[in-house]
Amino acid sequence: MKYLSEYRDPELVQQYLEQIHQVTTQPWKIMEICGGQTHSLVKNGILEMLPEQITMVHGPGCPVCVTPVSIIDEAVWLAKQPDTIICSFGDMLRVPGSQKSLLEAKAEGADVRILYSPLEAVQLAKQNPDKEIVFFAVGFETTAPANALSIVHADTNGVKNYSILASHVLVPPAMEAILGDPENQIDAFLAAGHVCTIMGTEEYYPVVEKYKTPVVITGFEPVDLLQGILMAVQQLEKGEYKLENQYTRYVQREGNRMAKQTMEQVFTVNDRMWRGIGTIPQSGFEVNDRYRQYNARVKFRIDIPLARENPSCISGDIMKGLKKPFQCPNFGTHCKPEHPLGAPMVSSEGACAAYYHYSAATQPA
Amino acid sequence: MCLAIPGKLLSITGQLDDTFRQGKVSFGGITKEVNLSMVPEAQVGDYVLVHVGVAIGKVDEEEAKQTFEYLKAMGEVEELKDEESQ
Ligand code: SF4
Repeated sequence: MKYLSEYRDPELVQQYLEQIHQVTTQPWKIMEICGGQTHSLVKNGILEMLPEQITMVHGPGCPVCVTPVSIIDEAVWLAKQPDTIICSFGDMLRVPGSQKSLLEAKAEGADVRILYSPLEAVQLAKQNPDKEIVFFAVGFETTAPANALSIVHADTNGVKNYSILASHVLVPPAMEAILGDPENQIDAFLAAGHVCTIMGTEEYYPVVEKYKTPVVITGFEPVDLLQGILMAVQQLEKGEYKLENQYTRYVQREGNRMAKQTMEQVFTVNDRMWRGIGTIPQSGFEVNDRYRQYNARVKFRIDIPLARENPSCISGDIMKGLKKPFQCPNFGTHCKPEHPLGAPMVSSEGACAAYYHYSAATQPA
Repeated sequence: MCLAIPGKLLSITGQLDDTFRQGKVSFGGITKEVNLSMVPEAQVGDYVLVHVGVAIGKVDEEEAKQTFEYLKAMGEVEELKDEESQ
């Protein structure tokens, strides 16, 4: 494992750590939303350097982890259709559905491919006019513009054998669902930097006001995370609640205008089921009517029964901050990265996999 | 998968229509084709933040270099290399 001091400004890291220790007088629970931040906190050993009173809770910010079993089942169903190629980002292939994962479908002969970008899938469609290409489009607001763009691109180029299976989730409604839960214990949020690079900062003001909870838009490098945590603790200790932007070098108030336009052009906001959490109103994107011929659910008339989540996976409690991964009876025994039971063990941005790979000190004493 | 990596825009390689622009971006020497539709203001020589093959913002050169160094040291840019060798 690498240590903090080797990166950007070790003195600054030290300073922030000291300041955090100085200002903290009470126990606080701070949730980082983004899986990239979870990964960085665990991998860099930051959790062990924070004061004991500060608990970092790893939120639902890994799109792979919150894609429900039923959508994985839809993808597996699509993979089994004749003359169909289904493509997605690497992590999605190993997520277990109710029967099997895409990787297992591939082993049984389905054409399943890993791509780096949805635009490559449009390219693939052009090269294979006699096949149907479906891109399994997962992601938060950071990834949604690229997936939307792939549809616009296919449409302008008359590519008809392309569609997406949308599994898009939105951050602010998830924060509201967590804060509105009667069991909620979260005192402050670190919002996801790159989501805000796209969306800007405006949509977080209502959350801050309604729940009187500090939100600090934060990057993912150790210096960013420590500064974000410090800003959150300072607010909490003073009894304040504000929206602050730690990640000004990548986040502007209005976000990326072109990206937002493209998403609006292609998607409509819908209710979405989150794995381990349940349905959150108005928390996802689906392809809108104008582009319905690019919606795989419409095109293939997918109609399969809703599947149940694996009842022994406690990922919901982990994402709400009620439990830590090592408190799951399956952790490291029935559930490992090589054969995951639940999605948080699949992606290195998932809390369970991050703990499994990097964290010795986060094991129970 | 949510990683966004900064790189330097080396050249514009194609303009399919009004908005759809492509360019070559170097990530510490590894070059990839990147879509530039979301950053109409980006010029050759600028640094852009790239996520799943699409540039989502322009970034300051110094910042870009520091972030890239961090990602490299953390072993997070492997996904670029994997792509190249495929
Ligand atoms: S260890 Fe596995 S089964 Fe337990 S919560 Fe994590 S993903 Fe679910």
